Amino acid sequence: MSKWNEEFFIEKGLLLTAISSVIVIALIIIFIFREGLPALQSVGFFSFLFGMEWAPSNGQYGIFPMIIGSLGITALSLLMAVPLGVFCAIFLSEIAPSKMRKILNPTIQTLAGIPSVVYGFFGLVLLVPFMRVQFGGTGFSMFTAAVILTVMILPIIVSVSEDALRSIPLEYKEASLALGATHWQTIKNVIFPAAIPGIITSVILGMGRAIGETLAIIMVAGNVVQIPTSIMDPVRALTSNIAIEMGYATGVHYNALFATGIVLVFMIIVLLVIANYFHYKKKVTIGGGYL
Amino acid sequence: MHRFIPPKIAQKIMTGVFWASGLLTILILLVIIGYVLFKGLPVVNFEFIFADPVNSGRSGGIFPFIMSSIYVTLIAVLVATPLGVGAAVYLSEYAGENRLVKLIRFGAETLSSIPSIVFGLFGLAFFVIYLGLGWSVLAGGLTLALMALPTILSASEVSIESINKSYAEGSLALGATKWQTIYKVVIPAALPGITTGVILGMGRAIAEAAAVLYTVGAALMIPTSIMDAARPLPLHLYILATEGLSMDNAWGTAAVLVIMILIITVVTNTLVDRYRKKMMGR
Amino acid sequence: MEYRIEVENLNVHFDELHILKDVSLKIPKNAVTSLIGPSGCGKSTFIRTLNRMNDMISTFKMEGTVLLDGKDIYDPKIDVVDLRKKVGMVFQKPNPFPKSIFDNVAYGLRVHGVNDKDVLEQKVEESLKSAALWDEVKNILDKSAMGLSGGQQQRLCIARTIAVEPEVILMDEPCSALDPISTTKIEDLIHKLKNDFTIIIVTHNMQQATRVSKHTAFFLHGEIVESGLTEKIFIEPEDKRTEDYITGRFG
Repeated sequence: MSKWNEEFFIEKGLLLTAISSVIVIALIIIFIFREGLPALQSVGFFSFLFGMEWAPSNGQYGIFPMIIGSLGITALSLLMAVPLGVFCAIFLSEIAPSKMRKILNPTIQTLAGIPSVVYGFFGLVLLVPFMRVQFGGTGFSMFTAAVILTVMILPIIVSVSEDALRSIPLEYKEASLALGATHWQTIKNVIFPAAIPGIITSVILGMGRAIGETLAIIMVAGNVVQIPTSIMDPVRALTSNIAIEMGYATGVHYNALFATGIVLVFMIIVLLVIANYFHYKKKVTIGGGYL
Repeated sequence: MHRFIPPKIAQKIMTGVFWASGLLTILILLVIIGYVLFKGLPVVNFEFIFADPVNSGRSGGIFPFIMSSIYVTLIAVLVATPLGVGAAVYLSEYAGENRLVKLIRFGAETLSSIPSIVFGLFGLAFFVIYLGLGWSVLAGGLTLALMALPTILSASEVSIESINKSYAEGSLALGATKWQTIYKVVIPAALPGITTGVILGMGRAIAEAAAVLYTVGAALMIPTSIMDAARPLPLHLYILATEGLSMDNAWGTAAVLVIMILIITVVTNTLVDRYRKKMMGR
Repeated sequence: MEYRIEVENLNVHFDELHILKDVSLKIPKNAVTSLIGPSGCGKSTFIRTLNRMNDMISTFKMEGTVLLDGKDIYDPKIDVVDLRKKVGMVFQKPNPFPKSIFDNVAYGLRVHGVNDKDVLEQKVEESLKSAALWDEVKNILDKSAMGLSGGQQQRLCIARTIAVEPEVILMDEPCSALDPISTTKIEDLIHKLKNDFTIIIVTHNMQQATRVSKHTAFFLHGEIVESGLTEKIFIEPEDKRTEDYITGRFG
């Protein structure tokens, strides 16, 4: 086979591997829908999405309280993780001496690698009793889950933000310093703004991770199907619901859990579309507008 | 820019804030690992690691679960790495900026954000039921492969993209074909990043429980073939903790997991360091 | 003759590498001094020592004195931020910020505390006029600077530097990334500026040195071989090495 033929096949072969992720997504969507649609049909799309009662034994399949549960936990954890994560990223890319980086980078890596069940377990055995003592109640709550989740999404926010910050060309920094700006002024006015698209991406990825977390949340959130009135109330996340009930679900119940999966996938796709829109908008602006 | 705080003082304050954030992160890790190891290491001994569980895990060891983890992860990495690296090579070296490429990128991005439990649902519906693999190491491994794929793909792509174009140009100018250049110059240069991606993907697979919850079953015995049911370590920890079977063993399992992750992190960093030094010619 | 900068016995090391060897040079006020010499012999390092940009590099070590208006700029009590306001720098590759043209020029002013909208607008206009760029951009001030051509971007960087009213402007091969027409525009600009600023320009282009500068210093392997009036250096060089370089025998 001539060199050029070989090149052709290699290129097409690689194209196949590249398409694999698209194929997988398609398969996932197909199968989740396959098992989930029957529930949406029999329960009705709106009463599923906005129904307030989840009681499979009564034939009630409303997931709204769990949507609130998932979103609430996510929002709380972002509130804590984003400032800490972005500051940490700036520290790593601009300030930390190399000895410090050699400690902090593996730290972030390790935090990222720790299994979520370990975090959940840690939360269950240590954080829940602590919350119980400090704030009363059972200790299982939306807030407890958010605290654990903060630590879990921190690494992704730090590493993606750090990448974004590092990718800012050195020339901008030099130009700013040469004009007599302090390092902090340079970070605040040049480096950070230029890195915002990447940082926002990191936040969206963190959000996706938070919405998707299952077992750790089960272990600390309380798993009561209700709309919380305070952050110390127990809640059940969409993901938790699937994991808890899948083991014994049959029939419509089984389908309803898959339908919950559909809702989750949909939420993630919406998030990603927003992220890409933002990213794209900023990119276009950088080319011909004002940052 | 407001002059309420003089820039030089703001500089000092912000430097302190940044330092605090870095130190806080380190503190968080130390607390978590410290406590897990403090409570768990006393439980971990030779017997614990190599013995079988007794009484559904209330006591005894965790050997079958370690083996489950190994098998499942191996399958995941073996399947995901060629797909991920191949896709990364295609995207950064061959693809233009057409609609197909945009679709592929969106696909990879979406895949990486899909919740693990949804992967579990898919694994159940597709691998376990539709393909008839049953609750098995294979079903679980393939499900995990799908989760590791985006990690490997994106790390590889970033690594390949960051290779200075002049390396590739030098190779092509000498008459090498594109594939030869990729194979001999670009991929080796990108290897630290690719390896990191693979190890991260592997780490993701090892740590997963939700995705395997309904794909590998919850067996107590060592799987003897890839069609056997299994119980990877994180799943065992989850079961122990939520069913309240044995706190001691739970701590022990957690400690083993944490140690595994620490080893992976250290190994990754050492490898990357060594490889980087080799490439720099020191 | 008044000297703005006086460098005496400057030695610069980066770890073991001895880049500048016992360099002494006096830079006259309100004139253009060019630094010529083959690649890699320390010219860029030299000017970056004058505004302490080398501080950014961890392996940088210096000995000797660098006086700006009689004061040692490496004195620990010296405010580096202030120094860089007084000694501005234009880089080889134009490096405008990914911001609007207006915000680029206003950046230095804002950083030093000027926030009044009217003052900013006036100073931005002045600087752009001084940099011979005003007419070309006066209607697109809010557009991104990244949309300008290379030559325009470099003039923008010069405008940005002028806006903070430095006393000295360091230029590190400012035209080497530009086309001939832009180069001419910038050389004309330098002629204009020299009455108000002390300019030090590193250049590879000997014709450029003769065109723009009154004084020249010839660098070779980290040392100054010869320095003095440009005319003299180019017509009657004292050192043979200078003569060889100028006549193109090397470099």
